[in-house]
Amino acid sequence: MSSVRVLVGTRKGAFILSADGNRTDWAVEGPLFAGWEIFHMKGSPVDPDRIYASQCSDWFGQVIQRSSDGGKTWEQPGTPAGEEPSAENKEPSADNKEPSPEGPPTIGESNKFAYDTSAETGKPLTTHQWYDGTQHPWEFKRVWHLEPSLTDADEVYAGVEDAALFRSGDGAESWQEVAGLRGHGTGPSWQPGAGGMCLHTIVLVPDQPNKIFTAISAAGAFRTDDGGLTWQPINKGLRSEYIPEPEAEVGHCVHKLALHPAKPEVIYMQKHWDVMRSDDGGDSWREVSGNLPSDFGFPIDVHAHDPDTVYVVPIKSDSERYPPDGKLRVYRSRSGGDDWEPLTNGLPQQNCYVNVLRDAMAVDRLDDCGIYFGTTGGQVYVSPDGGDTWQTIARDLPAVLSVEVQTLP
Amino acid sequence: MIRVVLPQGLQLLAHTDAEVQLDVPAPVTLARILDRLEQCYPMLAGTVRDHVTQQRRPMVRFFANGEDWSHQSPDQQLPSNIAEGAEPLLIVGAIAGG
Repeated sequence: MSSVRVLVGTRKGAFILSADGNRTDWAVEGPLFAGWEIFHMKGSPVDPDRIYASQCSDWFGQVIQRSSDGGKTWEQPGTPAGEEPSAENKEPSADNKEPSPEGPPTIGESNKFAYDTSAETGKPLTTHQWYDGTQHPWEFKRVWHLEPSLTDADEVYAGVEDAALFRSGDGAESWQEVAGLRGHGTGPSWQPGAGGMCLHTIVLVPDQPNKIFTAISAAGAFRTDDGGLTWQPINKGLRSEYIPEPEAEVGHCVHKLALHPAKPEVIYMQKHWDVMRSDDGGDSWREVSGNLPSDFGFPIDVHAHDPDTVYVVPIKSDSERYPPDGKLRVYRSRSGGDDWEPLTNGLPQQNCYVNVLRDAMAVDRLDDCGIYFGTTGGQVYVSPDGGDTWQTIARDLPAVLSVEVQTLP
Repeated sequence: MIRVVLPQGLQLLAHTDAEVQLDVPAPVTLARILDRLEQCYPMLAGTVRDHVTQQRRPMVRFFANGEDWSHQSPDQQLPSNIAEGAEPLLIVGAIAGG
């Protein structure tokens, strides 16, 4: 019987929630990395036992964790065993050492996200726009999103703040910036949103390995068709009243993108305001907010078996950031947008004032598609029937930052 | 042996108790202690000092004999009772928030 493994990142650690295909009896494991923020965890589609996690802290920086046994044990990729603390005659300073033929030992490479400053690709990428309109240097803060390759368990992309895309081809042991994104020309005009200037969405396309979609707050959506060498903004049709030029090429606060593998030319977007749809791979967009009670929200996802069925969680904004009327409602459209129905059975319909963040919704691939989401109040919900009914998996976790689900054989 | 007390977040990362002991040859400085700490506990590389700049992270502090050494040169020699292991060097995550 198939089973599911739900990977939950929270403000104070990670949790792994497991159940068989019925999705009624759940085992909760955690907290892993207790006390650390886990911005995102995601498993490889090629090898489900391979899971990557972004562990970070305002105090101690960024740590990448990797599991090769489905989350039972974790390691910092490529980190060597430490020396014995009592070893004699150790000279700790590199300048006191005999040079090694292999060069100095490298440690911590899996956690190092160094922006490309090479003359070939990185030289012009020195600054972006700051809140006050001045130019500001790019400064790495954290990894928001990890996207494992669809074909290679050792290949993984990282979306980071300040916004950039990094790639690892060695199982996250080392990272190189995909510099063409920041360098395509509009980078100096990108500016941070309220949550920072983060590259939070990476969408890979099955059978089209050279096509990648990314989204940045607050710059917009971008696409490469050549594996990351060159990029173009894909924001035509977006309208953002809160920026000086509402239909500018960049500057839009895109919150999340989603597509269905069977219909990859159709892309759905939850923007700061507006739910949008593109039918031409992002070349143009139209609004499909329709009858939603609020067109603001963070996550958006597509049913595993029906490319026209889409899910969002409307949130009241701009300052409130909680569900309209205190009712936690997932909205489902079976027609690719415009017509939306509230899904409420099992969700709190009074006095609910939580938020659902952009990476905190996922769908499984079981025959009856399961929908999952987590809240800033620490609840994780599952619908084992495509949204018709909801159950609480966990009620009192730390604030949930991300939810991913693995469908296991 | 030099004694170093780690904050809880780094204990978790290094799989250690609060205090670790390190063999650091003289002259004992912050830079030498941190270099040795990262040699013995490579998983801590980049957590006390930034990976790229090697500068102390803003919300990490160093205390020796009850005095804040965070803004001292990392190459300045530490007091003898730290160098002799009589007192530990404290690496502290700054208290922040409410």
